[in-house]
Amino acid sequence: MTIRTATHLSIRNLDVWYGGQHALKDINADIPRHQITTIVGPSGCGKTTLLKSLNRLSELNTQVNVSGQVLLDGIDIYDPAVDVTEVRTRIGLLAQKPCPLPMSIYDNIAYGPRIHGQKNGKMDDVVRTHLQDVELWDEVKHRLKAPATGLSVGQQQRLCLARALAVRPEVLLCDESTSALDPISARAVERLLDRLKENYTVVMVTHDLAQARRLADYVLFIWLGEVVEQGPARHVFNQPREPRTRAYLAGEIG
Amino acid sequence: MNIVQPRILTDRIGTARTTFVIPRNRQGWRYWKDAIASQGMGISTFAACLLIVVIAGALLDRAWPILSVESPKALVTSETWHPIKGQFGFWPFIASSLYVTLIAMALAVPAALFSAMYLAEYTRLRGLIKPLVDLLASIPSVVYGLWGVLFVVPLVRDHIGPASNDTLGQIIPFFATNNPTGYGLLAAGFVLAIMVFPFVMSVTEEVFHSVPQEMREASLALGATHWETTKAVVLRKSLPGVIAAVVLGFSRAFGETLAVLMVVGNVVQVPGSLFDAAYPLPALIANNYGEMMSIPLYDSALMTAALMLLIVVLTFNIGARLVLVRLNPETAA
Ligand SMILES: Nc1ncnc2c1ncn2[C@@H]1O[C@H](COP(=O)(O)OP(=O)(O)OP(=O)(O)O)[C@@H](O)[C@H]1O
Ligand SMILES: [Mg+2]
Repeated sequence: MTIRTATHLSIRNLDVWYGGQHALKDINADIPRHQITTIVGPSGCGKTTLLKSLNRLSELNTQVNVSGQVLLDGIDIYDPAVDVTEVRTRIGLLAQKPCPLPMSIYDNIAYGPRIHGQKNGKMDDVVRTHLQDVELWDEVKHRLKAPATGLSVGQQQRLCLARALAVRPEVLLCDESTSALDPISARAVERLLDRLKENYTVVMVTHDLAQARRLADYVLFIWLGEVVEQGPARHVFNQPREPRTRAYLAGEIG
Repeated sequence: MNIVQPRILTDRIGTARTTFVIPRNRQGWRYWKDAIASQGMGISTFAACLLIVVIAGALLDRAWPILSVESPKALVTSETWHPIKGQFGFWPFIASSLYVTLIAMALAVPAALFSAMYLAEYTRLRGLIKPLVDLLASIPSVVYGLWGVLFVVPLVRDHIGPASNDTLGQIIPFFATNNPTGYGLLAAGFVLAIMVFPFVMSVTEEVFHSVPQEMREASLALGATHWETTKAVVLRKSLPGVIAAVVLGFSRAFGETLAVLMVVGNVVQVPGSLFDAAYPLPALIANNYGEMMSIPLYDSALMTAALMLLIVVLTFNIGARLVLVRLNPETAA
C-alpha cells in the first residue's frame, strides 16, 4: 500500500549525459498528482530528454547516462530491483513523432491491453471507447483493419494517444502531442487531457504557450538543461520571478 | 516542368520586392546531365530485364528438339534416364534438387533468423560479428565443397547415418540408410545450409536493423517486454524483407552446383532416404555438358534441365512477390 501524497512523481538530482554532453543538470521537481504539468522551454533545452528519463526510455540509447532518482509514489524507478516494463506500464509516454506500430488501426489500440493480459472478448469495446475519447472513431470506424501507417500525421497522433491510454497508465507523458493537429482536433485533445486529469497525472511538453496557459496547473521552465523556474501555473505565467522566464514568455528567446 | 524561382530584386531606392523569374529554356550542361542520368539508368534497367528474356529464349530454342517430341509432363514425371535409348525422364534430378534444397533451407533458415535477431536486437557486438558473417558469405563454393568432402561426408558416414538408422530409421524408412559412403542428400543439404546461412542471415539482419528505433520505443513505452517488441514489432515490420531473403536464399541453394556435386554422390535415382545419393539438376548439366554430345537429343535434354532450373527459380520469385503484395499492399511494388 503506497501512501497517496500530493506529489505523484518526484525528481531528485537528475543528471543526464549524451556521451560527453551534459543534457540535463541537477533537475529537482515534484510533479503533482492528478494535475497537468507542462514543461516549456526553447528547442533543444532537454524537454524530450527529461520526459524519456521519467519512464526509463532514455536508457535504450547506449550513449545515455542517467544519475539521480525519479520516485513514483516514493519508489525509485531506477532501482535495480524495479521491473522496467512495470515502470513503463504505469508511466506511459507519447512520443514527439507519432509512430504507429506495423499493424492495423484496431491492433494498434489492442496491442497494449493484450500484452497486459486482457482477453479478446471485450476488446472491441476497449478499442471503440479509446478511439472515441480521442475523437478519431468517426474517421476510422470503417477501416479498423487497415494499416495504421495509412493515417495522416494528425490522425496518427490521436491514435498514439488512444493507444497509450488503452494501457491505463497512472502517469501520461505527452511530448508535443498536438503539434500536428489542426486547431479543432488540438482543442479536442486538450479537452480530453483536461478530463483525464481526474484519473491521471499528465506531464506535457508544449511549444504552444497559449495552450500551456489554457491547460497547465503546474509549470517547469527549462533552459539549457536546467530548471530555471517552476511553480503553479498562475505564478509562473503571471508573475515570473526569473528574467529568463519573462523573456521566454514575451517571445524574446526560444 | 519549369521551376519558378522567386528572386529578391532590389530597386534603386533599395526596397526589396519579389518577382518570379521563369527560366527561358532548359538548356545547359545541368539539364544534359539530368537527361543522361535518367535515360542511362532506364536503359541499364531495361537491358537487365531483357537479359532474362534473351537467356530463356536461347535455352528454349536449344531445348526445342526434345520438347517437340516429348510432352513436358512426361519429361518432368518420368523416372527413366537412358539417353542412349532416347529415354529422358527428369524426375530423379528434379526430386534430388528439391530434396537437397529443402533440407538446406530447413536447416539454414531457422538458424539464420534466430542469429540475425540476436545480432540486431540483443547484442552490441554487431560491428564485430557482422563483417565475419559477410566474410563467410563470400567464401568460394569450391572451398565449402572441399570442406564437405573432408568433414561432412565422414561425419554423415560414421556418425549421423548409423545413429539415425538405429533410432528413427527403425520406424520411418526415410531416416534409414543403406548407403555406406556418406555422399548423399544429407551431406549436400548440410553443406548447402552452411553456404546459405550467412547469406540469409546477413540480409535478414539488415532488414531487422533498418526497423526504426522509434517503433521499438513505441512498443516498449506501452510496457511491452524486449521479446514482445521483437516479435510483434521488429519481426512483423520485417516480414516482407525476411520472405525476400528466404527466396533469395532458396534461389541460390537451388542453383548451387559445385559444392553440391562434390558431396551428393551423383547417382541417378529418386532418393528414398535422407542418406541416399542423388543427382540434382545443376550437377547433371555441369557433369555432362560437352560429353557424349553425339547422342541424339542429349544436348537438347541438358538445355531442358537448364530451362527447368530457370523456370523453378523464376516461379518461386514471382510467387514470393505475390505473397508480398498480399501481405502489405503499401510496401510491395
Ligand atoms: N540521441 C541523442 N544523442 C545525442 N544528443 C542528443 C540526443 N538526443 C538529444 N540530444 C541533445 O540533447 C539536448 C536536448 O535534446 P532534447 O531532444 O531533449 O530537446 P527538446 O527540448 O526536446 O527540443 P525540441 O523542443 O526541439 O524537441 C540537445 O542539445 C540535443 O542535441
Ligand atoms: Mg523534444
